[in-house]
Order: sequence, then C-alpha cells, then structure tokens
Amino acid sequence: MADPATVERLEDKALEMRKRLLRLASHTSLHIGGDLSMSDLMTAIFEYLMRVDPERPEWPERDRFILSKGHGAGALYISMANRGFFDVEEIYETYGELGSRFGMHPCRNHLPGVEMSTGSLGHGLSLAVGLALAARLDGRTNRVVTLIGDGELNEGSIWEGAMSAAHFRLGAIVAFVDKNDMCMDGPQDEVMRVNPVDAKFEAFGWHVVTVDGHDMAALVDAIDALPPATSAQPTVVVAQTVKGKGIGFMEHTTKWHSGQIDETLLQECYAELDRRYGRAVDVEADGS
Amino acid sequence: MTLAVTIDGSAGKHNARAVYGEALVELAAQHPEVVALTADLMLSHQLKRFHDAHPERFFNVGIAEQDLMGVSAGLAIDGKVPFATTFAAFASMRAHEQVRTDIAYPSLPVKIVGTMGGLSGGTAGPTHSGLEDLGVMRMMPGMTVIAPSDPIHLSQFVQQAYDTPGPVYIRLGRGEDPIIYPAGHQVRIGEAVTAADGDDVTIVCTGVMLRHALAAAARLAADGIGTRVLDMHTVKPLDTAAIAGAAEETGRIVTVEDHLVTGGLGSAVAECVAELGAPCRVVRLGIPDLFSIIGPPAELYREHGYDETGIERAARRLVDDAV
Repeated sequence: MADPATVERLEDKALEMRKRLLRLASHTSLHIGGDLSMSDLMTAIFEYLMRVDPERPEWPERDRFILSKGHGAGALYISMANRGFFDVEEIYETYGELGSRFGMHPCRNHLPGVEMSTGSLGHGLSLAVGLALAARLDGRTNRVVTLIGDGELNEGSIWEGAMSAAHFRLGAIVAFVDKNDMCMDGPQDEVMRVNPVDAKFEAFGWHVVTVDGHDMAALVDAIDALPPATSAQPTVVVAQTVKGKGIGFMEHTTKWHSGQIDETLLQECYAELDRRYGRAVDVEADGS
Repeated sequence: MTLAVTIDGSAGKHNARAVYGEALVELAAQHPEVVALTADLMLSHQLKRFHDAHPERFFNVGIAEQDLMGVSAGLAIDGKVPFATTFAAFASMRAHEQVRTDIAYPSLPVKIVGTMGGLSGGTAGPTHSGLEDLGVMRMMPGMTVIAPSDPIHLSQFVQQAYDTPGPVYIRLGRGEDPIIYPAGHQVRIGEAVTAADGDDVTIVCTGVMLRHALAAAARLAADGIGTRVLDMHTVKPLDTAAIAGAAEETGRIVTVEDHLVTGGLGSAVAECVAELGAPCRVVRLGIPDLFSIIGPPAELYREHGYDETGIERAARRLVDDAV
C-alpha cells in the first residue's frame, strides 16, 4: 500500500501543477483540458517513478520519458521544472516568444532533458521501442516511459509500436494512457471508438493495468507493482481520467481542449482548486 | 580529364543490394553502434548476412514502415547508428512523417536505404516504385540525399553515410546494375564526378541513369558535340560549383533522373542555374507528370524519353537551338 505521506506530497505537487498550468493558460493559449487530465499522471511519473538527474540530463542510466501526446507540453515543462531542469519562471516569461525553449510542443533541439521532439501524434511507442532496444544493447536497466492520449490511439502507428514492443519483449517500456475519453471533436466513442483500450493492449501481448488516473494512492500502487525493467513484457497503465480535471467548467467538455483564461478566471480557478483539494498552494510566488 | 568508364556492360554487373549488405556487415564489424533494421525485406535486401553476423543488432519490424523509422529514431537518440532499409516508395512516403519528424527534425544519424527507386522495378508498377523519393527527401532540412550510379561506389557511400552527421538517404535501383567506373574509383558525397568532358552541352544525371547518359554522350561526341557528363550521385547537398561550371562553360544542361521530373535532380539543378543567373538553358528529363504504365525498365525509360536515345535527342535539340 502506498505510503500516506508520499501520497500527500504527490497530491500537493499535483495541485501545484494544476495551478501552474492555469497560470500559464492565463499567459497563452494552452491545451489546458488535456494538461489537467494528465496532471496526476505526470506528477506520479516525474515525482515518483522516473530516475533522472537534472544536473546530468545525458546520464546514461536515466529513465527515458517520451511525451507521445506532445500537446501536453505545458505539463511536461512544469514537471521538468519541478525536478530542477530549469526555473519554472522561465516558462511564464518566455513561452512562445521568438527563439523560446518552450512552445506548444516540446523540442529536444532546444530544451535539454526533453528526450524527443513530439507533437505529431502516434509516434511515442515506436520511439520507446528504439530507446528500449538501445538500452538492452547497452546492458542498461533504465525504464522507457511514455504518456499517450487516448485520442492518439486512433493513429495506426501506435499499433505498429504496440506490436513491436511486445514482439521484442521490451519490459522496460511503461506506457501510460491518459484516457480522458475526449478528443477535439467530441467524445472519443462518438468520434472514433477505440474502447476497449485495455483489451486491445492485452490482445497485443502487453501487461495491462487499469487505474483511476486521479487517485494518487492507486497510481503509486501501480508504479510500485510494475514488473522490473528486465521483464519480457511491456506494461500499459490505462488511466481513466477526466478532461479538464479540477476545474468544474473545464471538465468533461471539448470546449477547453485548448484555450486561454483571463486574470479574473484564473483567481476563480485557484479558489476552486483550493476548495476541492482542501488545502492551499500559492504558485504566484513561484520559484518555490 | 578522361575516365576509363565502361558503358557496354562488359565490366560485369553487381547487385547493389548485395554490395550494400556486405558493406553493412563490414561497417558493423568496425563500429558496435551500427544496427540494421528492415520491414520484412531481410532476404530481398540481402541482409541475411548481417542477421547472421550480428543477430543482436538486427531488427525486423515486419511490414510496418512507420515503426521502422520510429524505432530507428529511438535507437539513434541513444547513440546507435541505424541503417533502415525498405523500398524507396515506402521509406519516402509511407513513413514520410516519421522520417521528417522523428529523424530529420532532431537531426538523428539514421541512414535510410530505399530500393526500387524510379521505374527500376517497372513491372511492379507505381505502387512499389519510388517516383518522388528524391524530391521528398531533398525537401527535408539537413537530409543528405544520394543516388549512386555504380554499385562499386556503394560500399564507399555506406562508410561515408556513417561518417556524415545527421540523416542520410541512399537510393538504389532494382539491382544487377552494370559496373561503369574503373576498379578503385573514389567518390565523395557532395562532389560530382565528371564522367565525360566536353564544352557544348552537359548531361547531369543521377543514380542508374549514368550509363544512359554516357552512351548518349558517346554518340554526341562522335558527331563532334562535346558533351560533359556530371554524375550527380549526391542530389543534396548539390555540387553547385560543378553546376556553375557546366552552366558557364557549356551553356546547356540536360538533367536525367529515374524519377518524376518535378522535385528531384532536375528541379534542384534548375533552381541552382536560375539563382546563378547564368545564361544557360536547362531541359529536364525523367518521368513526366503522370503515373507510369507498367513495363520493363529499359522500355519505360525509352517510352518516357530518358533512355540514351531520348537524352541524345534532347541534347541535340539544345545544341541546334542556339540561344
């Protein structure tokens, strides 16, 4: 069972991430709906699962992370800032400016620590397969973690990667699916049904774990129960999430797939999060 | 300068795929980071020797070209130098976006080898023919694009592709291509070979069209038309100095490629000449703006006017039609 103190620490970090994302969404149009659905997952991945060293972004033994749903770059940037790759204020100050290291989709050419430039959907699994094969060739036992949106499961290339990950017996791969059941045009099942996601991966030969993607204790338990990286079967953690999670008017809707909020709305969002979490974290005095 | 080229096939033939497979085995023996990948074309592309020599470094992803390129990119992120092999049509188009986004954008050292370039696999029809690959690959920033004219150069290009930072695309034909250059002839990426010289007209060719270009040049020379032949084995980066020399010294250029006339070598040369501002005519030969009928390659080259007779005709017209 997950250690309660650990869960509380991670929940605080997730609350902080949501606020930081909303603050960023007050500066620029952001894929805020998906960012909020993946906030707990990204917190669990970056604050609990991943072995990385911001002082040595090229450390060979580090765990690799590929953000297959590259439009969740905001959550990735904040996760990296939390781990100390850069000061979080740099994101707010430079996002989207000419020559910025921070754009709508992450770019490895400009931001050390980003393993791969992503944004075009459906690429993450094949990249993960290559990274896991390289680890095996080099005798490394690092994990290769990727976060996939359920919308991008419509991409055929995902299933090519799903096939080869299982075929090459790459237990180093852990794929999280942010299953918020929404894509841009509407509910996933209406636009293009991909359910049942768990059964599909199981049929492709994966070890499948299903979890509530907003239950931090359950996420910690799922991570604790991961087979070792040297095992012979890739793992997919199918995490049921809510698009826009945490902000009532953004939940379960495509309206906030991407968008920008003003200062008044930002303050209302902060208050709502504090109310729902039953605790307060101040991200305006950031650098914390 | 005169090169002792052979254009009648009497120097024998080499299967470019076999040369490639052997060169890759040797390269991998020297460099542990070299890995080979293919999409269910191990036997066809003569990679069985690699598979047997370096089984842990060989990956067959099945008929899944997007995965082929994505997996190659992943390997390259972590220090491997993947050679990914499939048909030119699928390397350049089925997996175009993976090549562009996963390989070219981060400038990863993935070396892509595409076979059945142009109509070299003519009986296979347009579905299996790499008709657009030179153009498609040439557009990608940082991509080196090579179409060897002679199988004896291929082992050098494999080594040089390894030595070249970033992505490289090597385009091959169907196989069983005649040996043209004398043994030991050296070639460098980005440096055109002047395979024949003359001052009246220049034929700039790439890939397997060299033999046809040289045959046309021999006929023209017999009639006193001094014909330069530039073997532009590297389509990108283009040897602009060689093009400038041809433009200034001959004033007439015929480009020849087993590729659609749009986007490939001819377009690259025309762009170069236009930007030079040189008083030079350019005629582009290749597959016209259509999907070809099916047939044996030699007959298709004739049908579309870029075999040796078509090249000779185009060059004579340019020479006769004094600017």
